[in-house]
Amino acid sequence: MLAALGRPFLRLLGGMGRMACFTVRSFAAVPKTRRLPRRLLRAIFEQGTRCLPVILIVGIFTGLVLGLQGHYVLNRFGSESLLGALVSLSLVRELGPVLAALMLVGQAGSALAAEIGIQRNSEQIAALETMGVSSEGYLVTPRLLAALIVFPMQTALFVLIGLYGGYLSGSAMLGLEPGVYWSAVEKAIEARDLTECFVKAGTFGLITIAMCSYQGFYAHLGQGIGARAVSAATTRAVVLSCVLVLALDDVITSFLLHR
Amino acid sequence: MTDSSEPLLRIESLHKRFEDNVVLAGASLNVPRGSLVTVLGRSGTGKSVLLKCLAGIVTPDAGLIRFDGKDLDASTRADFRRRCSFLFQSNALFDSLTALENVALPLEQTTSLSDAEIRERTLEALKQLELDAHHDRYPSQLSGGMQKRLALARAIVTKPELVLFDEPTAGLDPLRRNAVFTMILKYQRQFRFTAVVVTHDLDEALIASDRVALLDGGKMLFEGPPSAFTTSTDPVVISFRDSAAALRESVAELRQTTAAT
Repeated sequence: MLAALGRPFLRLLGGMGRMACFTVRSFAAVPKTRRLPRRLLRAIFEQGTRCLPVILIVGIFTGLVLGLQGHYVLNRFGSESLLGALVSLSLVRELGPVLAALMLVGQAGSALAAEIGIQRNSEQIAALETMGVSSEGYLVTPRLLAALIVFPMQTALFVLIGLYGGYLSGSAMLGLEPGVYWSAVEKAIEARDLTECFVKAGTFGLITIAMCSYQGFYAHLGQGIGARAVSAATTRAVVLSCVLVLALDDVITSFLLHR
Repeated sequence: MTDSSEPLLRIESLHKRFEDNVVLAGASLNVPRGSLVTVLGRSGTGKSVLLKCLAGIVTPDAGLIRFDGKDLDASTRADFRRRCSFLFQSNALFDSLTALENVALPLEQTTSLSDAEIRERTLEALKQLELDAHHDRYPSQLSGGMQKRLALARAIVTKPELVLFDEPTAGLDPLRRNAVFTMILKYQRQFRFTAVVVTHDLDEALIASDRVALLDGGKMLFEGPPSAFTTSTDPVVISFRDSAAALRESVAELRQTTAAT
């Protein structure tokens, strides 16, 4: 009984340790990685363009729903004028970073895990090692650095589009004065809200891209090599990244709220 | 100072096991400078593992590898990697990179050459392997033979002293097999690198190689020139050498039995 409980726990601890070492090795490879700026730009372009449409679509619908629900609830208390504050604080502090990260995991993270898994499968990673090229430095480092830039940018875009969605449903559809809406937005958001937003976005970016890269990189360790191993690694990458985003969101919120 | 009479590569008593499966059980091999050595053996006898131990992809459990007079360990591995290339059975080309980018990759990542110098050396390598007209194509847009040549271009662009070939002719028809072996021999002579080729194609090995080795049961059962291989009286060498004749006999027996019934 104890062994049955202990074995998965030890496996989990071992996996976390390996992933931490993998992430540290990827960052440690920064000074040794040649032509890093070029690969970084390429990674930013890939992550950014791949996710842009979904960020825009989910952002506008999230804002629209927030506007509708917020107006309905606030109207009960005669406080519709606070709709801008409700939409903006919900988006900046919570929904923006979390939903943008989940969308980025679904789009860029899954593609990354599959791509690196296939590269492991077709011996491209082994080829890099025989050339004396750091495979983490070449494949993972640019993606991790790109995530630190792309996730906050995409989150900012998500929040802006969401705010516009809230305006559309609150003002354009339900008749709230646009000035009242935008003025509440302006008054509600403080520097500490933006800090929380970008701390979350950066952390989610780093952790999820590290997780997706790690799962792809070690796709062969679970079920051996092959298409099945790559598909299992991709699924694991997406599920674990989503769980990590939600768990970390709770941890970061707890720390930042009680500063 | 390096002794020129010493083999470029010497493997002594290499051991490797994967859990209960003993793959190498004291394999030894000498690879003289400038030679083409072929390691023969049945499928699953550990030929590729031997090569991967050399390339550093697999860590041997015990044994010694000496390259250019120095033991291969963590301190000499980086120098070995600079001077050695590995050609994978699957070619291991980057499918998201063009032919030019694939060949330029080792130069970009391991040297401090300028972009112009890298491009010049890459185009030169592609030209020597008659691929310069296809430099902007992706590997998936090239034929199997062209992919093999592209992988060879990537392997030789760094001007290595030793190239390891892992089953370069596996899965190819006899004509393509001949073409690949001819290509290896041609460029080995042209660029004067030492080559270790792992294969189970006996005929090509005996024609093209300077030395032949036979790996069986985790050990090197034979090592010497092709002429000695053809006259060896070792029962395993005989069974490997005469496998085609044995097949002919088996088929003839089977036909006789079928006719009788």
